[in-house]
Amino acid sequence: MKFFDRLLAIDRRIIFLFVIIAVTLPLFSKATLHIEVSPMVKAVYDAVDNLPPGSKVLVSFDYDPASAPELQPMALSFFRHCFSKDLKVVIIGLWPQGPVQANIALEDVFRDPEIKAKNLKYGVDYVNLGYMAGNEVVIQSMGSNIHTTFPADYTGNRTSELPLMKGIKNFDNIDFIYNLSAGYPGTMEWVQFAVDRFQAKLGAGNTAVQAPGMYPYIPEQLVGVLGGMKGGAEYEIIAKRPARAVSYMLSQGVSHAVIIFFIIIGNLAFFVTRGKKKTS
Amino acid sequence: MSTSIGVWIAAFLTLGIMSFLYKDNPIYKFCEAVFVGVSAGYWFVVEFFNVFLPKVYDNVGIAVNVLLVQGRVDWFHWSYLLGGILGVLMLLRLVPKIGWISRWPLAVVVGTTAGLWLINYLVSNAMRQIQSTIIPLYVAGDLNATIGSIILVVGTFCGLIYFFFSKEHKGAFGGAAKIGIWFIMITFGASFGYTVMSRMSLLIARMDFLVGTWLGLIR
Repeated sequence: MKFFDRLLAIDRRIIFLFVIIAVTLPLFSKATLHIEVSPMVKAVYDAVDNLPPGSKVLVSFDYDPASAPELQPMALSFFRHCFSKDLKVVIIGLWPQGPVQANIALEDVFRDPEIKAKNLKYGVDYVNLGYMAGNEVVIQSMGSNIHTTFPADYTGNRTSELPLMKGIKNFDNIDFIYNLSAGYPGTMEWVQFAVDRFQAKLGAGNTAVQAPGMYPYIPEQLVGVLGGMKGGAEYEIIAKRPARAVSYMLSQGVSHAVIIFFIIIGNLAFFVTRGKKKTS
Repeated sequence: MSTSIGVWIAAFLTLGIMSFLYKDNPIYKFCEAVFVGVSAGYWFVVEFFNVFLPKVYDNVGIAVNVLLVQGRVDWFHWSYLLGGILGVLMLLRLVPKIGWISRWPLAVVVGTTAGLWLINYLVSNAMRQIQSTIIPLYVAGDLNATIGSIILVVGTFCGLIYFFFSKEHKGAFGGAAKIGIWFIMITFGASFGYTVMSRMSLLIARMDFLVGTWLGLIR
């Protein structure tokens, strides 16, 4: 019994230490966990994969660096997938730092020899329209006219003068929307305004905290969701390009095992000591 | 080990914030203050250049200019002027004697937001969710889909019963409410699991930065 009493009084810093070790040690290993691709991730992948070359994809970057560990790998795999399929990409951000995250992802993707060989041109193959304040009202406004909502792109060029944007007026001219979201405004607003008002086709990548709240929208209002780093890893697997998210999965698995172990031990100690207290 | 000063500063701030896990200390306080200060400065600049200048200063400026030159303005100029005036009224809360006037623009904000969201929530989160729950319970030749449909319908129905407080939760009604609370608890559990995964992802990236980018121990 003394053992369980001690367990209940364990210093939380010891648990922190175990978690940090559990997270750090696997980073040194080259081993990877087996990752099963869920139907929700496959649905997003298939939606993009089935688009004919030249289709227009709108990507909304609604997150900041704080959520980059979860969402940036999703952005990288998604861009790589789009460019390898010769899709045209229009980038916007409802969060101020979103378009910056998009540029970081683009830089990374353009280092890939396969993508570099395509010699993609800004304004023709992809554009970054930058951040626009106004949250869900921006989505509503884009449903009427993207050019008046975003009069200029990220670097100040007139949107109407960009070759890619000449054929795009509103959501009717967008074949697929992909939203990377870490909160408000994010996927829920895209569902409510772009999907339910303008019948756009939407897929999303969410932080793990947010993902369960989006599942009720699948499949009618949302094609699929990539939930957290695991979702990013699944996309990398299905795209046959394992990268950062896949390499982090071992740390994720080991740290989860440690947390589950402590939850079980803590509950066991609680129930054993509670029984003892009742009898005494 | 990295030779970049930026990486060293980031590593110092990361370790400083993490030091709170051991106990509160002056380095943590310093890093926290830096974070708060930088955030406040950053957001001020973002709001000033992305909201105040383009949405208020430019638009109201154009409206005032048109009014002065032409002696009349179009309807959309009036919307800018009205918005600008309401914005100024909001600032009157800083003057205690006439602070009550700031309730008017607040009322406009609350009213328009409620109107905007009412329809969207009703359509997206109520009507279409109800529509998605009205599905055939039996899917021929697909056992998984059949089980999924039954769980979906039973979970929704019992969950709603749990939140029906006009009748005492007794008998069959109470049983259904109990099943409802089980579904709700499982949902909370799933959410908690996802939250743990999310926090671990952030920690993994930070540790990768420390041992990889900063110390160079991982290639």
